[in-house]
Amino acid sequence: MRRARVAYAGALHEAMPAGDAAIRLADGRVVADDAVVWLPPFDVGTVIALGLNYADHAKELSFAKQDEPLVFLKGPSSLVGHRGETRRPTDATFMHYECELAVVIGKPARRVSRERAIEHVAGYTIANDYAVRDYLENWYRPNLRVKSRDGATALGPWLVDASDVEWPPARSLATFVNGKQTQSGHTRDLVFDVATLIEYLSAFMTLDTGDVILTGTPEGVVDVGAGDEVVCEIEGLGRLANRIVGDERFGRAQADLRGPRT
Amino acid sequence: MSLAPFAVRCDVPPYRLSGTVVAALLNHRDSLAALGDAVLAPPYRGAPKAVVLAIKPRHALVAAGDALLVDDAAAELAVGASLGIVIARTACAVRAANALSHVAGYLVACDATVPHASHYRPQIRAMARDASCAFAAAVVARDAVGDAGALAVRTFVDGELAVATSSAELVRGVARLVADISDFMTLAPGDVVLAGSAPDAPRVRAGTRVAVEIECVGRLETRVALADRAAA
Repeated sequence: MRRARVAYAGALHEAMPAGDAAIRLADGRVVADDAVVWLPPFDVGTVIALGLNYADHAKELSFAKQDEPLVFLKGPSSLVGHRGETRRPTDATFMHYECELAVVIGKPARRVSRERAIEHVAGYTIANDYAVRDYLENWYRPNLRVKSRDGATALGPWLVDASDVEWPPARSLATFVNGKQTQSGHTRDLVFDVATLIEYLSAFMTLDTGDVILTGTPEGVVDVGAGDEVVCEIEGLGRLANRIVGDERFGRAQADLRGPRT
Repeated sequence: MSLAPFAVRCDVPPYRLSGTVVAALLNHRDSLAALGDAVLAPPYRGAPKAVVLAIKPRHALVAAGDALLVDDAAAELAVGASLGIVIARTACAVRAANALSHVAGYLVACDATVPHASHYRPQIRAMARDASCAFAAAVVARDAVGDAGALAVRTFVDGELAVATSSAELVRGVARLVADISDFMTLAPGDVVLAGSAPDAPRVRAGTRVAVEIECVGRLETRVALADRAAA
């Protein structure tokens, strides 16, 4: 089963697919899928993200393989749903998407072995974990200004039940910028697989219901600019769309002339 | 969004915490000095320009009266005293001159990390551990504290004064910190920003009592205890 969370006609709803370009709300209404506002498909807890977790992408960024997972956390202001907007700052010269398999925790996990990790997975969704590389600094890198930006974690469209996905998940990933494919990969190439990540993390931090692990991205990240449509696709999970918008959309176009904002 | 796993008394809006906690790192004037010439060498290649931050996940938070946890008797924690800044209303791209109007008040916090030499990678295993970040029981309203720019901050280990510093030693003070974070990360009502601790945080083991006092804000008492090793 797959579920979305959408806003429609003044309320939040759980929704399911209903044929081509339509969704069925839990209350029975069937509406066009572009007539709703798509939200992240579950109540999101801690956002845990992996860096350099595909060997090819690590090589692309000139990094040697890690001894242990490179993990960072992202704040809740970074979350945005399917068909959301993400701001590209005017001074950025390299902002890129990252298509990632997102693992959603169901049952709380504390000191869980990799053999039992599957019991703690509620399901999967697609993540687009944006980065603005201009802001990289070598202190707790990747620093939050690069990654934990407002709107820089797109999730959705669907939460797909773990029972509908093989274990370990073996799916291809792809990203399309304005319809042209720019990234492709496969979860078989994860440096640290899902079970290993749950074991590693739960050894020191309890994973709770709604926590989500963004498992990293393969090679093929390119600069995206205002106006670009970015679609991240994972085989069998769906297509997560996002639009890049400029500073002017947020009233930031002319910083020097900006009046006091409170 | 996650709510805080425990209640903290807050008699001014927003009356409760959101559960989101973001900690400023290397925000004490002595932090970089303590690293010496290493700041200029690889992997850092220069002092940080932007604010350096870490997110504290929900299970890291420890309610007043509860213990900071370690895995075994030999494990050390560096206990960092920190001023906690509680956000009153949504702060997005605010200017420093207006930032204080977004602050509800302050609380005393003690952020315990596993001592680590490198500041290059996020160090989540040292800094996002369960039961590693203790909060006092109450938020003190901003008006009651007044100027938070020169508050004495003292850390006591088993009753002995271990570190004495001041919020005047922060690289980014309260207003600048809130403004700089809000430039890229909107702060919501009830979010807590930890202003950061001095670099010489005392190292303690299970069985130690720790207290943090911040002038005009209050006192937090906690202790270090062994974690239950069971799986869940």
